[in-house]
Amino acid sequence: MSTSTTIDVRGLSKSFGQVQAVTDLSFTVRPGVVTGFLGPNGAGKTTTLRMLLGLVRPSGGSATFGGRAYRELARPLATVGMALEASSFHPGRSARHHLSVYGTAAGIAKNRVDEVLGQVGLGDFADRRVGGYSLGMRQRLGLAFALLGDPGVLVLDEPVNGLDPEGIKWIRSFLRQLAGEGRTVLVSSHLLSEVQQSVDQVVIISRGELVYDGGLAALDGGTRILVDSPDRAGLESALRSAGADVLALEDGLAVTGSSAADVGAMALTAGIPLSRLTPEHTGLEKAFLDLVGEGGRP
Amino acid sequence: MFLRAVRSEFQKILTVRMWWVLLIVLVGYVAFTSGLLAGVFGGLGDQLASSGGNAPDITDAALPPIIYSIASSIGYVFPVLFGTLATTSEFRHQTLTPTFLAQPHRGTVLGAKLVTLAVFGALYGIAALVASVGLGASILSATGHSTALGDSDTWALLARVVLAMAIWAIIGVGLGALIPSQVAAIVIVLAFTQFLEPILRLMTSLADWAAGIGQYLPGAASDALVGSSIFTSMTAAASGAQSLEWWQGGLVLFGMAIVAAGLGYLTSWRKDVT
Ligand SMILES: Nc1ncnc2c1ncn2[C@@H]1O[C@H](COP(=O)(O)OP(=O)(O)OP(=O)(O)O)[C@@H](O)[C@H]1O
Ligand SMILES: [Mg+2]
Repeated sequence: MSTSTTIDVRGLSKSFGQVQAVTDLSFTVRPGVVTGFLGPNGAGKTTTLRMLLGLVRPSGGSATFGGRAYRELARPLATVGMALEASSFHPGRSARHHLSVYGTAAGIAKNRVDEVLGQVGLGDFADRRVGGYSLGMRQRLGLAFALLGDPGVLVLDEPVNGLDPEGIKWIRSFLRQLAGEGRTVLVSSHLLSEVQQSVDQVVIISRGELVYDGGLAALDGGTRILVDSPDRAGLESALRSAGADVLALEDGLAVTGSSAADVGAMALTAGIPLSRLTPEHTGLEKAFLDLVGEGGRP
Repeated sequence: MFLRAVRSEFQKILTVRMWWVLLIVLVGYVAFTSGLLAGVFGGLGDQLASSGGNAPDITDAALPPIIYSIASSIGYVFPVLFGTLATTSEFRHQTLTPTFLAQPHRGTVLGAKLVTLAVFGALYGIAALVASVGLGASILSATGHSTALGDSDTWALLARVVLAMAIWAIIGVGLGALIPSQVAAIVIVLAFTQFLEPILRLMTSLADWAAGIGQYLPGAASDALVGSSIFTSMTAAASGAQSLEWWQGGLVLFGMAIVAAGLGYLTSWRKDVT
């Protein structure tokens, strides 16, 4: 394995004509942990990853691996491995030939082809034309391509897509194993639940902008109190003046940082009758959806 | 680095079926046409000439080069298609992504593709010559004509056929980069080579002022480079088509290849790969 480097994204932006796909994005991905790169469909994940790899030219900012842009790396495929969302295969070429074509161009030892095919469980299908592969097999071949140069940095775009439950389990532990070996692992997904068991850090974007960068545990919103009253406006101002952190919802108010008993006492002090007082555990998925807005954009 | 990129491009071609499918069609097509021509002019030509009809006046000495050069005068469309398909399939199957990941210097990749396809174009040229000379010479000698194979001029012509086919393959790569849509590129190549250019060559040969322009058409330049062509012989007999010197034809053709590849690089090749 080559040395693991950080991935440094600094002020990265990209517009496709009128479409502002990514806006002033900055974050750092560290070695030794799995970092989830999350956002709803169209948030700009794929565009960002393609900018990292020099496939898409940024409108502004930079993305580097230990200080070097992808095209400046002496041995790119042996430094950074990537599996990108789109199925980039010639359907008439076998998996073995697919890998050896690019291995040759990147100067990677021939024996790696069979090694990685075995690693992703495609050893028995290596000489079949890729056109006949299932979606899950293509994902595995994509992963084999990422591993080809035994790189210290791995960038995976939605690798879980199309995998069966067993495959999902397998990739989760595989990602952990890769990070455990000290590699830098960045894996994108539009579903937090899909990766939450395998990631430690998360970078969340929405509409091309960074909305969260930090640990997974800190993202958990904890418990909030849902409260309502026939006099909702009165309740809201009463809670606020009592120092509570209040969020107005469609069907009531949500209070964070206070217990149900506290909220009840605040209402009583103000003499406002309650029609509802329920604690709610928000969980990660809810926190994620709150961050990216109502499902983001389609 | 460049050598690795070239080897990768060779592997790309040899690991899918297209190269030999096209090759078989090329050899079959050239064999059929040159066999037919050798049969008609070798076998029946004497009778046509003695009957005093208005058959094209092709002398005995001009016959072998015309038949042998079928390899390029008719077969040139195959290396063009080959080069075009090699490039457009990268766009179509999105294989530019792994290609540019393995070799981020895109100019190196395009250069390697040009070199590789030039080699394959030359190999296509040799295969097509095996067909045209093999069948043509057999029929010529069977019908009592000279095969001219002892003549060094003939061998120089064969070498120029190989060169022309190599350049045509480069033109194909450039066209593929200029027109990344595979269907559009194939339609344009076939429409131009099989239909538009023959008409243009015929029309420009009818007027003196136009003939000077017509000789710069790619097919005309290629025929000039080779030094013989069924097309030139047929039209020259009837009209005033002009032809460049062989080396001028070669330079014109090569210039077109470089311009196509350069424009392709500046347009689609440097674009975002999404
Ligand atoms: N080549 C392109 N031309 C124009 N717009 C583009 C192009 N590629 C992406 N976009 C736009 O950029 C935005 C971000 O797209 P991107 O593919 O990066 O999203 P994503 O987060 O990967 O989404 P998904 O979860 O669906 O894969 C979208 O609005 C998309 O329409
Ligand atoms: Mg995407």
